[in-house]
Amino acid sequence: MIAGFLAVGVVTVSSAGPVRRLSDALALARPGDTVIVTAGRYVEAGTVRVDRPVTIIGRGRPVIVGRGDHTLLLITAAAVAVTGLVIEHVLPISTEDRAGIRLEGATGCRLEDNDIRDTYFGIYGAKVSDCRIEGNRVTGPARREQASGNAIQFWSSDRLTISGNRVTGHRDGIYLEFVTASVLSDNQSVANRRYGLHFMSSHGCTYRRNRFQHNGAGVAVMYTRDVTMEGNEFLDNRGQAAYGLLLKDISDGAIRDNRFRRNTTALYLEGANRLEVTGNRFEGNGWAVRLLANSVGNRFENNLFTGNAFDVATNSRSASSTFSGNYWDQYRGFDRNRDGRGDVPHRPVRLFSLVVEQNDPALILLRSLFVDLLDQAERVLPILTPETLTDLAPLMEPPR
Amino acid sequence: MTSFRRVLSSQLRNVIRSRWMVGHALLLLAVTILLLRFGGSGERALLSLVNLVLLLVPLVSVVFGTLYVYNAREFIELLLAQPVGRGSVYLGLFGGLALPQTVALWIGVGGPLVLQTVAEPAVVRPLVMLLAVGTCLTLVFTAFALCVAVLVEERARGFGAALLVWLGCTVVYDGLILLLLTTFRDYPLETPVLILTFLNPVDLARVVLLLTFDVALLMGYTGSVFSDLFGGGLGIVIAFGTLLVCAAIPLAAGFRWFGRKDF
Repeated sequence: MIAGFLAVGVVTVSSAGPVRRLSDALALARPGDTVIVTAGRYVEAGTVRVDRPVTIIGRGRPVIVGRGDHTLLLITAAAVAVTGLVIEHVLPISTEDRAGIRLEGATGCRLEDNDIRDTYFGIYGAKVSDCRIEGNRVTGPARREQASGNAIQFWSSDRLTISGNRVTGHRDGIYLEFVTASVLSDNQSVANRRYGLHFMSSHGCTYRRNRFQHNGAGVAVMYTRDVTMEGNEFLDNRGQAAYGLLLKDISDGAIRDNRFRRNTTALYLEGANRLEVTGNRFEGNGWAVRLLANSVGNRFENNLFTGNAFDVATNSRSASSTFSGNYWDQYRGFDRNRDGRGDVPHRPVRLFSLVVEQNDPALILLRSLFVDLLDQAERVLPILTPETLTDLAPLMEPPR
Repeated sequence: MTSFRRVLSSQLRNVIRSRWMVGHALLLLAVTILLLRFGGSGERALLSLVNLVLLLVPLVSVVFGTLYVYNAREFIELLLAQPVGRGSVYLGLFGGLALPQTVALWIGVGGPLVLQTVAEPAVVRPLVMLLAVGTCLTLVFTAFALCVAVLVEERARGFGAALLVWLGCTVVYDGLILLLLTTFRDYPLETPVLILTFLNPVDLARVVLLLTFDVALLMGYTGSVFSDLFGGGLGIVIAFGTLLVCAAIPLAAGFRWFGRKDF
């Protein structure tokens, strides 16, 4: 026992020493102490409660394993830090949200560089504020959608920083509900069953340089205002209901400098209002932008559209969003005054996209000469495509 | 067999000497290089090449093939006066036409693309598909050309018929499918449309190339029949098999007519 207190304020957990389990160490630790867990495999019979402000440091990647029927680490205190742990084995259950690490009412916490494997929910937070979740790897067992939880989920929380995490094999990679004023950056959300990122009513959050790839349904975000998305990558989200980025009832935000590649539908806007969509690259998607008629007042500027089957599709003849100064690889105009802007407006909505919208099997005629001829005729003499949806000053050269 | 080989080699020499094939190969080469150089991004250039293979290759095959047979008529008559079987002459003609065109395609489209592939290995699969589809289309439309030339006595009308075959396959057929789709839009048309697509070699080739270039888009296609068929590799195998059948049918029909024709 005495050996554990040799260094003041430090409790060491090791499989050979006096303190052999993390839960025992936490019972001994006083507020402000540091708990060092040395390399080894520690089996915990129940939830490990962190109810006082301590710093838990894993040395040599110790593994904390549970029996499977309980949350592993439950943090309820303020200013707790957990770094370098490997958290393993939480089985799915539909009646409670069991997690690898669960935060309840915690403030000022820091979860850093942990590996969370084979859990139902990875990191779950409720009523949390000012926490940093950085550089963790949450790897799920890739169960079917109903039997897996979300890798990182927060509910009713404020001012979080979630960055540099890698989440995979869960239902949703990152799920936020009623989370405000938070920043998510440099995360990688790959191969999750449902959404790479999913949030609802999470106002004023910023998303930067994240990568969302190969997720079952891409990224879907809803009922939120003041969203900023910059420099993210939305890649390879394919399927009938898969979207690079689906925006439903999102208003007053900015979608800037993102990259959309090889998605079935890259950007889908339903009830999305007053968004500023600028500097994005849409490359090789099926539909680059699907703009529903109930989306009003969005501005599309300086975007690049190349190699998409359909650049813009819409379900109405009247458009209330504006396109200006984008680069379209399908633009066939000229620039006589050499100002870098085409002199003839570009109509990005193809007649064929309207046909497909109403008559799905017609998609099989894509890239047929006949369809191309129809599109050309419609471009010369627009009858069916939305007249107002035009880019009046299309770029002649792709933006850098 | 030896007579077939002799006919084939003389035809090959003839076709290559006619400079048409050299011109064709050079045209393909020039267009491909231009597209790769100035066609914007790699994806965009490849998509333009799809159109080249789907439209230009059949056009040249059917028109050149038809005209060649008309030009070679006297030579054919001369050959038939010799103790040479009609089968050998017919197949020699077909081989003599199809082979140089295939080589022209491989040099013209394949050559620059191989160079591109060195820099960008992701192009390998599209490249193989493009060349395979182009080769199949060459066979199909050369067979069509022989049919037309055998059936239609007059040269000008034969030329017109060859153009009609091309126009029918590339434009009119798709127009009819679209008409069908819009007329009967309330009915489930996925299967019928898929079957119709399989009956037209150009459409079939287009679908195979779509699967190579627009997979992302086609995953959004609600027709389960389609994704079931083409989800795995089986669809591609069936498609290529069908393309070869598409070549075999006119080839066999032309052979039958050629055998009976009174020169």
